[in-house]
Amino acid sequence: MRAWAILIAVVALLALLPLAGNNYALRLATTVCMYAVMAQSWNFIGGLAGYPSFATAAFFGLGAYASAILQGQGAPMLLSWAFGGLAAMAFAALIGGAILHLRGHYFAIASLIVAEMLRELINGLPDLTGGGKGMNLPILRISVASEAQFFFYAMLVLAFVCAATAIVVHGSKLGFGLRCIQQNEDAANILGVNAYAYKTAAFSLSAVFVGVAGAIYASWVKYIEPPDVFDILLAVKPMVMVLLGGLGTIFGPALGAVILLAFEELVWRNFLTIHAAALGVIIVILVLFLPNGLLSTVRGWLPAKASSP
Amino acid sequence: MGPAGTVTNMIYLQIAANGLVLGGLYACIAVGFSLVWGVLNVINILHGSFIVLGSYVAYFAYVHLGIHPFISIVLSGAALYALGYVLQRGIINRVVAAPVLITLTLTFGLDLILNNAMLVAFTADYQAVNLAHPLGTIQIGPIFLPGDRVAAMGLALLLTVLLYRLLRDSRIGRAIVAVRMDREAAALMGVDIWRINAVTFAVGALMAGAAGALLSIIFPISPLNAPLFLGKAFVVCVLGGLGSVPGAMVGGLVLGVIESFTSYWFGPERSVTISFALLLVLLFVRPSGLMGRRGYE
Repeated sequence: MRAWAILIAVVALLALLPLAGNNYALRLATTVCMYAVMAQSWNFIGGLAGYPSFATAAFFGLGAYASAILQGQGAPMLLSWAFGGLAAMAFAALIGGAILHLRGHYFAIASLIVAEMLRELINGLPDLTGGGKGMNLPILRISVASEAQFFFYAMLVLAFVCAATAIVVHGSKLGFGLRCIQQNEDAANILGVNAYAYKTAAFSLSAVFVGVAGAIYASWVKYIEPPDVFDILLAVKPMVMVLLGGLGTIFGPALGAVILLAFEELVWRNFLTIHAAALGVIIVILVLFLPNGLLSTVRGWLPAKASSP
Repeated sequence: MGPAGTVTNMIYLQIAANGLVLGGLYACIAVGFSLVWGVLNVINILHGSFIVLGSYVAYFAYVHLGIHPFISIVLSGAALYALGYVLQRGIINRVVAAPVLITLTLTFGLDLILNNAMLVAFTADYQAVNLAHPLGTIQIGPIFLPGDRVAAMGLALLLTVLLYRLLRDSRIGRAIVAVRMDREAAALMGVDIWRINAVTFAVGALMAGAAGALLSIIFPISPLNAPLFLGKAFVVCVLGGLGSVPGAMVGGLVLGVIESFTSYWFGPERSVTISFALLLVLLFVRPSGLMGRRGYE
């Protein structure tokens, strides 16, 4: 119950933002929600099941392109977003069947390659996707201010649904099974956890919201190209956020998203040429000194502990 | 077959030879990566940037001191050995026993720093070593090959064989193999695990630096190429099977030939996709690779 209370309070507070903030604040908040969705999603497979997936970029790009192509055919926007999410989920279920029997490094590499292949595939289908030239999306016929609000609320709703799913999963049999798999997959299998089905479910869950986020992002920026929506950093940043906030916790990923974005804005603004190195420094410090994330230090008053077995 | 068939056969022979030359260099790119992965269980994302750094050492040695890149192997190797030793001893050793996610993320972070530093120091512009006295073209039967590439491939394979002998015959090599086989048992036998970790990582970096020096006469040099080389190392390791020098050698040669033929048949822009597709299939049917087995030698 405590987790729900925190989630609803945070989302309600954020929903008031358009009353107070300018468009810059709104843009940042939209990005925070998007990052939170990606981190939360990665947490299903990476944090709970312990499978280091690099496929987040693949789901994001797939959602973006699936929705863009559908809208190019004249489909309404909201329907296309849903389609983007479903396409990413179906793809995850399919590809998960092939690569989820791999463990550790092999799984990490296979998921990375999946993203690269998808990017190459989209590059190689210029008739459908525009190839390297990218794709334009329909422009909304509303004012700039109301458009900013519209996309902010869209991302906020998505982040809410994603976090709500996380709370449900954490308390459910699925979440328990995934934690068992993380600790000892062979033992979990022997004790009757259908590891394969659980992992596929977690992988699909890690795809569906990211796919929708990619679709919303595409409509938001109105132009997508493969290097942008299949960027490897889109797969790495969620990991960093989750590590920042706390692996396998409910609110860690969202917290990590806020911290990473704040840090990014600071660095972008002041040290543009070394922003990649700055991200590298934060990763190194994080891994060496805070391997359990910030939440582990303040865990006492957070619900993550209460919900773990 | 007639004359047309003979010409096609000759083209295939030429393509295969080109692929083998490329593959020898791929083997050299991958063998250090495979060593680190096999012994330390660390995927070293830094490997691509190490190779590029090795290329820059050779480039500057050639431009400013007139040293031929083949001789710069020593310089690149020594520089990268030192860098690798310090990085492992100072940073990576602290988390070397942690789960995959942690070590992977750490080397990714270190790579962001190193690659960004190279971008700032050397810019993203492509540099090239233009040899003053190229070796010309070598003709073997109907096949023509550029002499410098063949020499680079020969040196690459020689280095790989040297590493193999080092692991087999030297005291430190046996210690590295022992750590790969059983970390705890090796420690109980009096092997200084932390030192072996650092030496292994440093030798991996040395091989990357040496490969970089060899590649400097073939590929343009830029920090932007680092992910490309890393990708090759991945593919070769999985193709050949992790943790064996002969595996990396076979994997490298196989990848070189495959890429050579796919870019002839489907165009060079498809060859990377196809080798990745092949890799996925291989991971699915035989995750241990073509020559995978326990023990690193």
